Amino acid sequence: MGIQSEQNLKMKANQIRRDLLHMVHHAKTGHTGGSLSSADILTTLFYDVMHHDPVNPDWPARDRFILSKGHSVEGYWNILADMGYFPKTQLETFSKFGSPIIGHPNNKVPGVEMNTGALGHGLSISVGMAIAAKMKKEDWRVFTLMGDGEQAEGSVWEAAMAAAHYKLDNLVGIIDRNGLQISGSTEDVMALEPMDEKWHAFGWHVVKVDGLGTDG
Amino acid sequence: MNKIPNRQAVCETLMELSATDPDIVVLASDSRGSASMAPFAARFPERFVEIGIAEQNLVGVAAGMAASGLKPFVTSPACFLSMRSIEQVKVDVAYSKTNVVLVGISGGVSYGALGMSHHSLQDLAVMRAIPGISVFLPADRHETRRLVEALVANPQPAYVRIGRNPVEDVHESADFPFEIGKAICLAEGKDVTIIAAGETVRPALDASLILEAEGIFCRVLNLHTIKPFDREAVLKAARETGFIVTVEEHSIHGGLGAAVAELVSQVCPVPMKIVGIPDEPAIPGTSAEVFAHYGLDAAGIARAVRKLTQC
Ligand SMILES: Cc1ncc(C[n+]2csc(CCOP(=O)(O)OP(=O)(O)O)c2C)c(N)n1
Ligand SMILES: [Mg+2]
Repeated sequence: MGIQSEQNLKMKANQIRRDLLHMVHHAKTGHTGGSLSSADILTTLFYDVMHHDPVNPDWPARDRFILSKGHSVEGYWNILADMGYFPKTQLETFSKFGSPIIGHPNNKVPGVEMNTGALGHGLSISVGMAIAAKMKKEDWRVFTLMGDGEQAEGSVWEAAMAAAHYKLDNLVGIIDRNGLQISGSTEDVMALEPMDEKWHAFGWHVVKVDGLGTDG
Repeated sequence: MNKIPNRQAVCETLMELSATDPDIVVLASDSRGSASMAPFAARFPERFVEIGIAEQNLVGVAAGMAASGLKPFVTSPACFLSMRSIEQVKVDVAYSKTNVVLVGISGGVSYGALGMSHHSLQDLAVMRAIPGISVFLPADRHETRRLVEALVANPQPAYVRIGRNPVEDVHESADFPFEIGKAICLAEGKDVTIIAAGETVRPALDASLILEAEGIFCRVLNLHTIKPFDREAVLKAARETGFIVTVEEHSIHGGLGAAVAELVSQVCPVPMKIVGIPDEPAIPGTSAEVFAHYGLDAAGIARAVRKLTQC
């Protein structure tokens, strides 16, 4: 952890943003906003924080990552290709007929643990993984990235309760607090604040970081 | 009268297998009692995961556990597991290909007097339409044991629907040829075929005995695996007997009868009767009363067979 310099990570996140914009422009489809806002989070996780091995994607001791806000897949695809999980040339098939590089994470592609895309599933899956790690007395961790609009899904809170109940200190839930969802501001669509207090009340240790930056 | 319900057979089999298979885990949603899983929870507390009344999380958590190499058995009322959790079943289990076995307990009209909220009469239709998940209805405690053994040996995304009450044995013991996806022919008649699954198998057999005395010789197919579907056995029955009556504790839409009709109508059309629960909220009552009301009991099945073959 923390082996990359902040400068390197910033440059990498900018490269990912450029690449994903190119990808969405080229394919004429994609969820640009949520991908741009999560580029720094994903970059920090994949290039700095998580233990994983692109040459050996099924390495049993790897940290697990679940993109619960599965629509923000463009940055994720670019990072996986950049790290060598699959050839970069495959990125050009994004959303093309029959391609595995689709508009949501697809676990037929090396590096992707689970298919997501229906919001509100990722934290439950991650709770199951974290429980499994504890049962097997293994010390890998689970990281989940959720959207802030996604917080309106009841299942998120079912999973939040279970994580606290089972004291899953090997699970990190991240919320991309970009303030927006499809129809506008999260506070107009379905007020979420005080978000930190909600998570705190559900038994979580809450840390606020600047997600648009890599020094959080 | 057998006193062991299928849910108890699930628990007993899992407890036996768990002694040597450390990957078996059981999840429940405040349902360990109704699932007969309390003995498992007491014996293997570290392998029993209580999720509380949160059926979406229940299935998602199980999928995460399966993706991490465990063999989760999820035990929750069929009515909730097949409706409240269905998106998790579709995406986290079937689509992601996680080897979660969903055990839908108190299936069909087991909770007869509790009303439609607690009936699961659409579960087969829903599960059957999702690619990548096997669907099972074991007929008795012995078949339940064999099925659980097979699913532990060959983990796969699966939905197993069982009832709440003890059912009369169909098999004399657990020692019979059992294979996932292979129907069991329980009677070899040539005049008409009765196809049943789960709790309708015993009444189908009883109906065949009533009819035999009248000179109507029934073939009885126990289709314990609804999916993958045993096309061969069903087509053979259509060709050789010329009439098919299906009997299911399920809506007449989308279940066993529909599966049979989809195949037979396209490959070898024969006159059919689909016996099941009509398109209405099922009448409240005990399972036996509801079965008799809708003709799912032996007398009702015999009536359906006579009517079809004499038309
Ligand atoms: C269960 C479900 N309902 C609706 C959608 C459609 N959908 C895709 S993205 C989105 C908005 C998500 O907003 P947010 O969680 O804030 O994500 P972000 O802003 O990070 O893109 C919606 C409604 C979905 N994918 N899943
Ligand atoms: Mg948002």
